[in-house]
Parts: sequence; structure tokens; C-alpha cells
Amino acid sequence: MMAAIILVCSLILMLQFFVSYCRSLIAACATEQLPLEVQEVTGISVAASPEDFSRVVQLLQLCPERPEDRGDLRAIGAYYRLLGFVRTTIARAAPSLKSWADRERSQCTYFAAVALGRRIAFSRNLLAQQMLP
Amino acid sequence: MPGPLEFLIWCTGFVLEVAVVVCAIRAHVFRRFLPLNLYMAACIIGDLVRLRIFFHFGFTSKEYFYFYYYSDALLTIVLYLALISLFVHVFKELNAEKFVILGAFVLLAGTAFFSYLVIEQSTKLLLTRFVVELSQNLYFVGLILTYVLWGAILKLRETRAHLVQLVLSLGVYFSLFAANYAIRNLYPSVSPLAIALLQFLGCLLPLAWAYAFWRIPADARLQPARLATAVSR
Repeated sequence: MMAAIILVCSLILMLQFFVSYCRSLIAACATEQLPLEVQEVTGISVAASPEDFSRVVQLLQLCPERPEDRGDLRAIGAYYRLLGFVRTTIARAAPSLKSWADRERSQCTYFAAVALGRRIAFSRNLLAQQMLP
Repeated sequence: MPGPLEFLIWCTGFVLEVAVVVCAIRAHVFRRFLPLNLYMAACIIGDLVRLRIFFHFGFTSKEYFYFYYYSDALLTIVLYLALISLFVHVFKELNAEKFVILGAFVLLAGTAFFSYLVIEQSTKLLLTRFVVELSQNLYFVGLILTYVLWGAILKLRETRAHLVQLVLSLGVYFSLFAANYAIRNLYPSVSPLAIALLQFLGCLLPLAWAYAFWRIPADARLQPARLATAVSR
């Protein structure tokens, strides 16, 4: 009985820490302005749509990978899928949870768009370095 | 007998532990987070001694068995004290360090007493059972304390990015270990798999801390108010 309580508590708290970690990543990017080219290519200017995440990730995969953001993007991808799961299961019974999940998913999309901007800048730098004599 | 995979995981863990100390020195935060770094240094020493005992006496020897469990209990206590040092960091401005330290020692003594109550019926290997039980209980107590600390970070609007990352990674680490021990107690048949997994899980904390010291500048700040409420632009 005690072990079962510990197991349930541990899993719930681990989920809580994971969510907090992802939100800390998102919060760090939330105030960052998107470059004009990213706004044009994604159609995101101020607020992102929750459904655009996979489209932005596809665009991200077209750019050379930055080792710095690989882990963060993986964590946010997992968080986005977790939110999708919450939205289609538990949130059916609680509309407020559904709107919260949607808000979070749109923040995930914005995070991916910021990462896209960084990757474009990274690619430009790489190209510029190769062009140098 | 551990195979090549176990040995590889052990090597990875060892390198990551060294990386934490090196990255902390490089980022000039070794003294700021001294108890955390001392814990990592203790892990490094513990690993080296375990390796020596392993080669000298063998994996199935009594010496290895006792050293493994006793050193694990000691390291868990050191990690618990490192967690308390993070509490001291957060509560420093409230001048509540004395109460935090006093509370921590009372809780540690309480956990030890509870562990003794659980194993007092055992007739064989009383002390060994005690150290194993104490380790398991301390992981759960550590998890609860980390959650309380995270609540305090949000409430007090703590902004130091290092502190936030260290606490979050500690929370995930404690919850994985507590869950692992709980699964072993619930389903003894999966115990060998859970023990094998434990070694891999042990790499996660040094990995997260090394990353935090390596990638995040010492003076970087986060906005925890944004974490407490919905993130809004």
C-alpha cells in the first residue's frame, strides 16, 4: 500500500517537474520577437495557433541542426504531445483545462518558431563563414 | 557480473560527474553551490573505490555488497544535505537559514527513526536493511522537499536560472528513484530490470547539472511569475 502511494506520488510529481521545466523553456522564449522572415514563412506574428506546431517543426527540419537547441526541442515536442493527450482525454470533462492546454500548445508553437529563427540565423552564419576566403 | 553495457553506463556516469565539477569551476560557481559540488566529488570518490573493490574482491563479494549499500546510503544523505543547501539559497533573504537547517536535521532523524521502525522485526542483517530502507525513504522525503522548494521558488519569485534548473532536475531525479524503489517493492519479479535501470537513471542528475553549469550563464535570470501563471506575451 505504502509503495503504491509512493509510486503514484512520484509519478505525479515527476510530471509536475517536467511540465515546470518545459514551461521555464517556453517562458524564456515568450518575450522574444520573431524575425520578419520567420513571420512570413510561418504566418505567425504575435500569437501562434496550437495546430501549427507540426508545420513549424517540419520547417525546422529543413534547416541545419543547432546542437544547443536539440534537447530543448525534444522536451517541448514531448510536452506538446502530452498536452494533446490531455486535451483529447481528461480535458473533455473540463472545458477550462481544454483552453489551458490550447494556450500551452500555442506557446509550444511559438517556441518552435523562435527556434526556427535561431536556426536560420545559424545557417546564415555558417554560410558566411564558408564564403570567407 | 556486469556486462559491457553496464560498464559503459558506469563510465558515462563517472565522466558526467567529473564534468559537473569541471563545468562549475569553469563557470565560477563552484563555491556558490559548494554542497552540490561536494556531493558530486563524493560520487566520484565512491565510484573509484567501488571500482577498486570490484576488481579486487569481485562483484559477488561481501565487500562489494556492503560497500555498495553503505556508500549509497551515505551519498543519499549527502544529496539530502545538498538539497537543504538549495533551501538555504532560497530562504537566505528571509533570514530563515537556521530554521531550515534545524528542520532538515529533525526530518532526517525522523526518517531514520521511521526506517528503523520498518525493519526492527528483521532478525538478519539489521544494519544493512536499515541503510537500504533509509536510502529509499530519503529519496521520497527528498522528492517532497524538492516539491516544497519549487513551490517556494514560485512564491518568492526566485529568478536565478541556475537555481531553477538545479531544483527542477533534482525533482525529476528524486521522483525517478522513488518510483523505481516503489516498483521494486510492489513487483519484486521486475527487480533485476529496475536495478539495471537505476544505473542509467543515476546518470541523469550529473547530466542535467553539467548542462546547467555549462550552458547557463552564472547571472542568467528567469521570470518565475511566468511559470506560476499562464505564459503570456
